[in-house]
Amino acid sequence: MTKLLQWLLALALLGVAWIALTLEPLPPPWPQLVWPLPTYLLVAFGCYSLATVGHRLATFNDCEAAARELQSQIQEARADLAGRGMTF
Amino acid sequence: MVAAREKYSVLLPTYNERENLPLIVWLLVRSFEQSGNNFEIIVIDDGSPDGTQEVAEQLVNIYGSDKILLRPRAKKLGLGTAYIHGMKHATGNFIIIMDADLSHHPKFIPEFIRKQKEGNFDIVSGTRYKGNGVVHGWDLKRKLISRGANFLTQVLLRPGASDLTGSFRLYKKEVLQKLMEKCVSKGYVFQMEMIVRARQLGYSIGEVPISFVDRVYGESKLGGNEIVSFLKGLLTLFATT
Ligand SMILES: Nc1nc2c(ncn2[C@@H]2O[C@H](COP(=O)(O)OP(=O)(O)OP(=O)(O)O)[C@@H](O)[C@H]2O)c(=O)[nH]1
Ligand SMILES: [Mg+2]
Repeated sequence: MTKLLQWLLALALLGVAWIALTLEPLPPPWPQLVWPLPTYLLVAFGCYSLATVGHRLATFNDCEAAARELQSQIQEARADLAGRGMTF
Repeated sequence: MVAAREKYSVLLPTYNERENLPLIVWLLVRSFEQSGNNFEIIVIDDGSPDGTQEVAEQLVNIYGSDKILLRPRAKKLGLGTAYIHGMKHATGNFIIIMDADLSHHPKFIPEFIRKQKEGNFDIVSGTRYKGNGVVHGWDLKRKLISRGANFLTQVLLRPGASDLTGSFRLYKKEVLQKLMEKCVSKGYVFQMEMIVRARQLGYSIGEVPISFVDRVYGESKLGGNEIVSFLKGLLTLFATT
């Protein structure tokens, strides 16, 4: 089964569950809560996405040390290769 | 020492890397000599106009034609086929794929090898997104795109590996051969498809955190509509795998 089908299946299941709930004759406070449920889900997912990406963006490791180490190794490599007859 | 030793073939595709090639080769040789692993380096140059080929020949003279193998092609035919071409000439039982532009540091290879042995993994993938993986030289925009694209991919494909678009990896040779037969995408999506298909075929994947230093010399070849083709590729994989 492709990922697309998995998603469609999951959405269909959720949709059916939701429709079943809205058709159910529930006592007073419930219908108002059940009706906008998909919107809640969507908003929650959006917030989760933003928070995750934002957090990972803020905590992106930016490492000067690795770049400096590479620079010094480049010098070393150049000198060594030149000593072995390499022309750049 | 040990009798039947492992051999590691490093595939280095190059296009206009005359500055970087000698440096990456030097670092590779040193890393392998220090770790004592058996190796060969296969340079696949696609007729670079900047004279990469000539630099590569000098390297053969310095290190020997058993260590540095030149397998050039006449013109720029793309990365995917460069790997296939290189693999045909590989004599190792493991293949390491990396960029020649110094963003992938050979010092991580011993860690890849250790990881592979630890779990007898079919694939070991370097990751910028886990543990002390780091990136250097990216501005905020590139970081945002990278994080966003990674999140989207994780949500849609649930691939079971944290760095899908990275190309610093170690493969068992027969595993890479199988994957190459199956994979059809190009560019970044190619790296992504390799991991997705690997999961489908039930291969095990180990991960090693790496630091990624953006290229110092030369220009990026994957410019322009990178994002559009990435999204297209992602959706194709989403609908077909
Ligand atoms: N043989 C061959 N090598 C290529 C080709 N295109 C790119 N390469 C090499 O593949 C590696 C990765 O390419 P890069 O241009 O660094 O791609 P990138 O890492 O996504 O982009 P930047 O690092 O941002 O420039 C480098 O070693 C290139 O020299 C090609 O058509 N043929
Ligand atoms: Mg690069």
